[in-house]
Amino acid sequence: MSQATADGDCGASAVTRAEYCVIACAEAWRGAGEILASPMGLIPSLGARLARLTFAPDLLLTDGEALLVRPDGTPEGWLPYRQHLALVAGGRRHVMMGASQIDRYGNQNISCIGDWSAPRRQLLGVRGAPLNTLNNPTSYWIPRHSRRVFVERVDMVCGVGYDRAAGLGVTARFHRIPRVVSDLGVFDFATPDHSMRVASLHPGVSVEQLREATGFVLAVPDEVPRTREPTGEELRLVREVLDPRGARAREVPEGVRG
Amino acid sequence: MGDKSMTADEVVSRLASGMTLGIGGWGSRRKPMALVRALLRSDIGDLTVVSYGGPDVGMLAAAGRIRRLVTAFVTLDSVPLEPHYRAARERGAFELTEVDEGMFMAGLRAAADRLPFLPVRAGLGSDVPRVNPGLRTVTSPYEDGETFAAMPALRLDAALVHVNRADRLGNGQYLGPDPYFDDLFCEAADAAYVSCERLVDTAELTKEAGPQSLLVKRLAVTGVVEAPNGAHFTSCAPDYGRDEEFQRRYASTPWPEFAARFLDGDEEAYREAVQAWRKEGTDVSGNG
Repeated sequence: MSQATADGDCGASAVTRAEYCVIACAEAWRGAGEILASPMGLIPSLGARLARLTFAPDLLLTDGEALLVRPDGTPEGWLPYRQHLALVAGGRRHVMMGASQIDRYGNQNISCIGDWSAPRRQLLGVRGAPLNTLNNPTSYWIPRHSRRVFVERVDMVCGVGYDRAAGLGVTARFHRIPRVVSDLGVFDFATPDHSMRVASLHPGVSVEQLREATGFVLAVPDEVPRTREPTGEELRLVREVLDPRGARAREVPEGVRG
Repeated sequence: MGDKSMTADEVVSRLASGMTLGIGGWGSRRKPMALVRALLRSDIGDLTVVSYGGPDVGMLAAAGRIRRLVTAFVTLDSVPLEPHYRAARERGAFELTEVDEGMFMAGLRAAADRLPFLPVRAGLGSDVPRVNPGLRTVTSPYEDGETFAAMPALRLDAALVHVNRADRLGNGQYLGPDPYFDDLFCEAADAAYVSCERLVDTAELTKEAGPQSLLVKRLAVTGVVEAPNGAHFTSCAPDYGRDEEFQRRYASTPWPEFAARFLDGDEEAYREAVQAWRKEGTDVSGNG
């Protein structure tokens, strides 16, 4: 494991937490077919491109601006904001957004902290979260899992959670939150009441540590799987092709937590 | 066919306190900043501002010109949270009408189409209706019976947008990758003012770019302003990118200090102040 190799920093060096996060994000687009992957943030972007280069070759990617691009940056389409919003409404997209707060039913907040009418902290605003959550699969990426983010109740519902969607009937028929990925693990809503459940823990993370960092009671299966190991080829792609300068370690630093 | 060219100050002379003002661009991209700066030099206030917000909103909010803001977000893109907007919002300086990006577009579309509202599958289930108690729903009259948010038209008294090129008649051209929603802002407004990097002859517009780059039609435009570098410090691709250094300065300087140094004079004085600041910065770093 720790043995250095002569031909570079790939291969034998241990898989980092950031790399498990990339793999966990990539898995969100497995089997997605010919749809747009909309990752927000570095680790989801690496995940989407990794999925596109390996097990989800039909995915469409954006350059973060107005172009659809192949993983090497070659443009293959035009997608300005206006068309992007139309594509959201059409549903052929799986977005992975950030969340300043998220609760057990997947309600997400990026608007403000505190009472909306007099916020303690003004954040971005609802952005496209209400549109996203009623029209296409919406997953979330949270780089630092804590009680400040995983809260009992979000201050302003931007992205719609399962409990809210349940009251909407046919209007919410496209609502789906496939997963939440954090630096501690992967979570889904595969419980009878669609409350958040541990789907896998990243290697090195304990259930106790996870509970300590979560502000509500998570559903925990008897046997909690570990987030899967990357293949050698996946590691090579992440380290040599997608992120050779190691920016992923700045979003999820190694050894900061357990 | 009339020559609609005018100065930024002439545009502002046609605006008035209490108006609903739409501002084009997106975040910190292709914002009509020269027009916003001219607005800041006036005493116009009590505005309802409709914007996919960037520093246009930050500056107008900091200067106390906004009574009500209609938006889905305010950001400087490379600086995710707009500090002057945040500060103004946290001290309760204006009313906020917060809607989703898609709802916002539907509101502009409805105004352009002279409809009172458009249905949108967004907003329901979220707290958007809670913070917009006037927002209504509409039920499909067909068998599906689905319920939607009925986004009211965002009719504007005036729109301000910035494009790469325009002719004197009011035909506006964008040369960057994204039209944003600038033509919709113009169509949703009773009067639209287009600033541009360069005023050119009509024939020149299609010499180097295709006709699909002609975003804004003259029938939707009231006035055209030649404003070189008029989106500074936001981006105006391909003419120039965002001035990240200056944006960081804007974001990290207390508003009164920033306004006193950069916004007290006219556009020429602004350019000179930015140049002087840049020179100072390179002198300090010593790597000219």
